[in-house]
Amino acid sequence: MKTRTRLIGGTAGALALAAAGAVLADIGDDDELIINGEIEIVTGAPAPDFVEGLSTIYSGWVFRSPETQAMEQDDFENPAMIYVDQAREMFDTPMGSEGQSCSSCHEGGPEEFEMVRATYPQWDEEHGEVQTVEMQVNECLTERMGAEPLDWNGQDMRNMTALISAVGRGQIVDVAIDGPAQSTWEQGEELYYTRFGQLELSCASCHEQNYGNLIRADHLSQGQINGFPTYRLKDANIVSIHNRFRGCIRDTRAETFAIGSPEFIALELYVASRGNGLSVEGPAVRN
Amino acid sequence: MAENVTPRVRAPREAAPGDVVSIRTLISHPMESGQRRDGDGNIIPRSIINRFTCDFNGENVIDVTLEPAISTNPYFQFDAVVNESGTFQFTWYDDDGSVYEETADIAVA
Repeated sequence: MKTRTRLIGGTAGALALAAAGAVLADIGDDDELIINGEIEIVTGAPAPDFVEGLSTIYSGWVFRSPETQAMEQDDFENPAMIYVDQAREMFDTPMGSEGQSCSSCHEGGPEEFEMVRATYPQWDEEHGEVQTVEMQVNECLTERMGAEPLDWNGQDMRNMTALISAVGRGQIVDVAIDGPAQSTWEQGEELYYTRFGQLELSCASCHEQNYGNLIRADHLSQGQINGFPTYRLKDANIVSIHNRFRGCIRDTRAETFAIGSPEFIALELYVASRGNGLSVEGPAVRN
Repeated sequence: MAENVTPRVRAPREAAPGDVVSIRTLISHPMESGQRRDGDGNIIPRSIINRFTCDFNGENVIDVTLEPAISTNPYFQFDAVVNESGTFQFTWYDDDGSVYEETADIAVA
């Protein structure tokens, strides 16, 4: 009986290895991501020097099935674009006591923000802190427009960050990690390699050491956030970066940090910098 | 009254006579089934798109009855044979009586 158990275990292990090998071979092959037949997306690039555990960084797109990949190649097929359209309307809608809309200042429209997603989070001199896109949007709302801040993870905010990402697609991610942002970045790096929860998993356990392998029925990606905010088919909605972080840490069976917490802002800066060299791709489509 | 309802259409702008062209349509709509309850236990009233039609130069191409089980933001893709230049007329009928319309012109030469 013992032998038989071991044999079955051995077979299953071999199958799992074979499956993982097949996927790894697929990564970085000739698959090219071109959106709407015009926006060329870099889905694989040399890893930044500070990422010692990786030689090549890959967008989460390369780990997805052909059907999911195809949805992102055409804006008409990409379900996130409905929310982007809603954000465009909101952009021109006056909000708050000053009677101003986003476009009152940003006369060039959302296209003014072409470089935002690629360079955020970044240090904000005025406030003396690292700011995410969400914080920058709320700064405009509260300090210039006299409006209530949007809920970090609410539909309106996710729509707006999706729009800001959509106009920056194709730009190469280049998040600054030195200067005043360095201490926050180091905090993020420490969080990335800290094991959390009953399962004692760090971000790196899955996304650096096991990307391409199966986790249950799904392939682990490198956990890049260049495609965020992203449309997840299982949620049938846009998912924010911090919501994804929270989901990952919850899955390690840990108490998670809050969305918008200093810990997640630091982690976002660090994880974003690990994608330096990939294209902005959000709102991407993932399963 | 459903909010944020926007019809969208993708169709080729030109084709050769007799071509089979592929048409894609999408309308953002909550498609509330009428089966769900809110936090207080009250039924959320049904609010769906119940019919979708496409005509080409007055001739019907497709006429669809939609049921409550169809998910949010209904998407249709279908083919049509075009023999002459003309206009596709798309119409969505909402439970609340609203009618949403969109057109697409195609040049056949």
